[in-house]
Amino acid sequence: MPVLGAIDKGSPMSQQNEGKVVSSELDGNNPVGRRAWLISAVATIGATAASVIAPSLLPAAEQSDTDPTRVPGRMPSPYGARASAETARRLTTATHSLTPHQSLHGIVTPSALHFERHHNGVPAIHPDRHRLLIHGLVERPLVFSMADLTRFPSVTRMLFIECSGNSGKEWKGPTGKMVQETHGLMSTSEWTGVPLSTVLAEAGIKPDAAWVLAEGSDAAAMTRSLPLAEVLKEALLCYGQNGEALRPEQGYPLRLVIPGWEGNTCIKWLRRLKLGAMPFMTREETSRYTDLMPDGTARQFSFAMEAKSVITSPSGGQQIEPGFVEIRGLAWSGRGAVTGVEVSTDGGRTWDQARLQEPVFPRCHTRFRFDWRWNGTEAILQSRCTDETGYVQPARAALVAARGVNSSYHYNAIQTWQVSPDGQVTNVQV
Amino acid sequence: MCRSKVAVSLTSFALLCCGLALAEEPPRYGFGRPATEAEINAWNIDIAPDGTGLPSGRGTVTKGAAVYAAKCASCHGATGIEGPQTRLVGGQGSLATDKPVKTIGSFWPYATTLYDYIYRAMPLTEPQSLTSDEVYAVVAWLLHTNGIISAESTIDANTLPHARMPNRNGFVSDPRPDLSKSMQRE
Repeated sequence: MPVLGAIDKGSPMSQQNEGKVVSSELDGNNPVGRRAWLISAVATIGATAASVIAPSLLPAAEQSDTDPTRVPGRMPSPYGARASAETARRLTTATHSLTPHQSLHGIVTPSALHFERHHNGVPAIHPDRHRLLIHGLVERPLVFSMADLTRFPSVTRMLFIECSGNSGKEWKGPTGKMVQETHGLMSTSEWTGVPLSTVLAEAGIKPDAAWVLAEGSDAAAMTRSLPLAEVLKEALLCYGQNGEALRPEQGYPLRLVIPGWEGNTCIKWLRRLKLGAMPFMTREETSRYTDLMPDGTARQFSFAMEAKSVITSPSGGQQIEPGFVEIRGLAWSGRGAVTGVEVSTDGGRTWDQARLQEPVFPRCHTRFRFDWRWNGTEAILQSRCTDETGYVQPARAALVAARGVNSSYHYNAIQTWQVSPDGQVTNVQV
Repeated sequence: MCRSKVAVSLTSFALLCCGLALAEEPPRYGFGRPATEAEINAWNIDIAPDGTGLPSGRGTVTKGAAVYAAKCASCHGATGIEGPQTRLVGGQGSLATDKPVKTIGSFWPYATTLYDYIYRAMPLTEPQSLTSDEVYAVVAWLLHTNGIISAESTIDANTLPHARMPNRNGFVSDPRPDLSKSMQRE
């Protein structure tokens, strides 16, 4: 306990606990050590203890909202936490959680708010015991430890990951209230790892290998078959996310990341890569992540997430005031870089170019902004992006005309938010 | 003269081969260690459409009914229709309608995938706990209940790859992008 160490720095107990009581060592040389201890004790023990301590002993900041320039702040901490007033959180279900894009800035999703989708829970894996097996059509079947994998030359990239089911409920109508519900199954991180091609070369790819089965060590032993030539171009075996190790929910300690492809191909907790001549036809690529068309056929191996954008502010559930409003949003394409975003405030009758935040990374969220003055009358807000292939994000009617409403996945239509005269923003479809 | 030309061209050829070999063979770092047969066998659980990977063992429809009732029915319903989790039975002929019902019988293209997935991931609370006989049996029951094999059938490594799934030809490769630029702008 830090408290003990702070009271009697020289006691044997504090010596034993030395590694855990960094703040007490600072307190010892601090003229306001007692107040610092009280702050530390309150922060450590929490509100219950604070209410037990006599008010006269508490620093001023604990009694009322006094000027923070008149009371020392709290001590440095070994692992940071956000400000207590910040409450943005994922919405969770049994199988997934959703990123609160209405509350976020820029393009990076905080690791703690990165969306999750898993198929039988988040496994607890010790990195020292984790192994990656490479076998099948290779010259040398190999086993790698995490220490082995982190020795290879590494690469860092800013990339989005989007679940193919992101916005999937919108196929049947305007279902999500907030952008977190309509577009929360996507996030962007800085990913660090070793190129898949580097590691497979170590095992030696046999000439007849054309597909690779990637398998996780979760309780679903989640699998996907991936076309080898395609994934050799850009796929990474990642161990780093936003500067630290992967979060458990993102595949700790090792995740396959395939830039621009549907999230389920980015196998988490990766333990096995098996090379073969043909796709392995697991459940995930046959009955699960395939897209049913109106004629009854289903599209298979539909990997790329096509160009898409959404206004994150103002967005569903928010309230705006007349006057200047900066329209803010995200745009992305699994086929490359976003080259432009247009914004409409009149339901698509007229469009204006939004500003893109530089640098624009390929296969990554791009922040766009548009200056708007709201005059207090009904407005219909939309965004529409174009990617480097020339593909333009489709209107809902065009997408439904091409795919029907039963394909479950790959809904990338223009999102529409309606602003009513009282400033309320709601999800509508036009 | 002639001789030296041959020598030169042979040398060039050798250099060319060397260059090609260098170009095709990326650098190796010597990381990792050889995988043992035991390690590979312990994790090599995938089953290919031609049956590669299927273990020994066998199961009947009758035995499968008992396994299903004990291990599966609480989530998928007594007859594979009721749920509450994924419906497994029926739906044939519904895929092109407004209310498609995707099940093993109506949608799954390969019977071998049943073995792979049930062993790999089911039951949800105890994945990889079923014996090969239990998996073959419950696969037999599911195929029979979907009208794909007879009640007297036995499923094993030889018979499973030959079970003819109704939607075997129902899948197409990804033709996207769907929309021409002019359509998108409308």
